[in-house]
Amino acid sequence: MTPPSRTTARETKLRVQGVNKVFTRDGKSVNVLEDIDLEIRDGEFVCLLGPSGCGKSTLLNIVAGFTPPTSGQVYIDGEPVTGPDPRRIFVFQERGVFPWLTVEGNIGFGLFRLPPKEKARRIAHYVKLVGLSGFEQAYPAELSGGMKQRLEVARALAVNPDMLFLDEPFGALDSITRLLMRSELLRIWEAEKKTILFVTHDIEESVQLADRVVVMSARPAKIQRVVEIDIPHPRDISSPRYLKLRDGIFEEIGLAHKV
Amino acid sequence: MLAWDILIRWSPGGLLPRPWEVVQGLTELAQKGLLFKYIVASLFRVTWGYVAAAVLAIPFGLMLGWHRRGELALNPLIQILRPISPLAWIPISILWFGVGDVAALFLIFMASFLPLTVTAMNAVKNILPTHLNAGRNFGLSPAQIVLKVIYPSVMPQLIAGLRITLGIAWLVVVAAEMIAVNSGLGFLIIDARNAGNRYDLVVAGMVMIGLIGLVLDLGMRRLEKLKSLRWGYASE
Ligand SMILES: Nc1ncnc2c1ncn2[C@@H]1O[C@H](COP(=O)(O)OP(=O)(O)OP(=O)(O)O)[C@@H](O)[C@H]1O
Ligand SMILES: [Mg+2]
Repeated sequence: MTPPSRTTARETKLRVQGVNKVFTRDGKSVNVLEDIDLEIRDGEFVCLLGPSGCGKSTLLNIVAGFTPPTSGQVYIDGEPVTGPDPRRIFVFQERGVFPWLTVEGNIGFGLFRLPPKEKARRIAHYVKLVGLSGFEQAYPAELSGGMKQRLEVARALAVNPDMLFLDEPFGALDSITRLLMRSELLRIWEAEKKTILFVTHDIEESVQLADRVVVMSARPAKIQRVVEIDIPHPRDISSPRYLKLRDGIFEEIGLAHKV
Repeated sequence: MLAWDILIRWSPGGLLPRPWEVVQGLTELAQKGLLFKYIVASLFRVTWGYVAAAVLAIPFGLMLGWHRRGELALNPLIQILRPISPLAWIPISILWFGVGDVAALFLIFMASFLPLTVTAMNAVKNILPTHLNAGRNFGLSPAQIVLKVIYPSVMPQLIAGLRITLGIAWLVVVAAEMIAVNSGLGFLIIDARNAGNRYDLVVAGMVMIGLIGLVLDLGMRRLEKLKSLRWGYASE
């Protein structure tokens, strides 16, 4: 008798069913997404991986309810998605924080329904969590790129969503900051039990973070393969298992091992 | 001041006043109560023409920027009207409203309306979609989106446009007063010349126009410096 695996025990959080997206521009129509089917379980960390311009942001925008699909449907907790919802927060690829608000103002942006005391407590908590103590009154223009990105993550977490959609949130950061941010995100994910859908075009990043990596093909984007990353955190990125999974994805995408 | 004094000594005609004569002219005007009266008259016209234009043009421009169709329909007209100097409207304004305050107000209104419309239109178009999406994502109602996302997004550009337009309005009021009315600083200048070549009073009027223009501009610049607006002028 084998016990039920960790993953099958959890219920489906998000279901993407037969989603297509066609953009029409200057009379020409471009097929960006083709028959996307995807299921994500509660508490899972899933990376969407694919070449630049393939339609990852488009898919994430559909899942988040910002853009309607041309056909198909997205369900979250069994309910069809009809628009954005504060229970699932989108972290943008760039320039997502509000430049006219301070760090505190940004983190408190979504907390307008809370009594002032509770709001202040939450702001203080998340300022500390993302390491922005001392910058409470600073404006985004006075922050570095990494700090701005952390600020946006804090703004998202502050409303206590059960899902996070992150669109290449660390893409514009230097490699050291990017590594730090990844372990921060993993720490938060494990502590707060969120379901995360994370878009990236960085293979290493996806293998370091995800429970499963969804590999997308170039346009029109289809799901080419789903790779289960069965390595517990913290992951040893020089272990044979890690290297094997990583190289498998490299091959899947058709990239040689040598530069 | 010294350069002014020296230049005047050499200038032909001998009509232009020395600095101290201008000061005397200003004192004379102040004693007669005209200086204050004319300044108030000019400021009054600028304020009403400009405020009326702002009240109509800003919502109008915001609407145009928000609804792409409106912009597509009206933009050609705006682009044709824009290069026409506000002063070209003088004959028409006198034809419509006769000589008087209304004609002057109309000119200032015309001078302010188009620049403010264009400013507001562009300000809306420059709102980042990510900011609007973030607003919707956090569950803001449409009214809250206007208040917490659209309003702060457009403010820096609006204030900059308001400052530049106030400068234009102040230029135009002087011209309008030379032709359409018999009070105000523009009238003071033309009247001083006509009534016996009082160039000391002409220059006195010019000095006042310059000083008040400067004060208006400084006032608007103070608005731009507000911390919550300053982001809009950063290099980002
Ligand atoms: N509003 C739109 N109208 C027309 N075409 C669009 C629109 N949005 C995206 N596209 C097209 O859809 C394709 C996919 O865009 P998308 O932004 O989803 O790519 P991506 O995978 O996120 O790329 P990147 O990794 O560079 O961010 C692109 O070719 C883009 O030109
Ligand atoms: Mg993208």
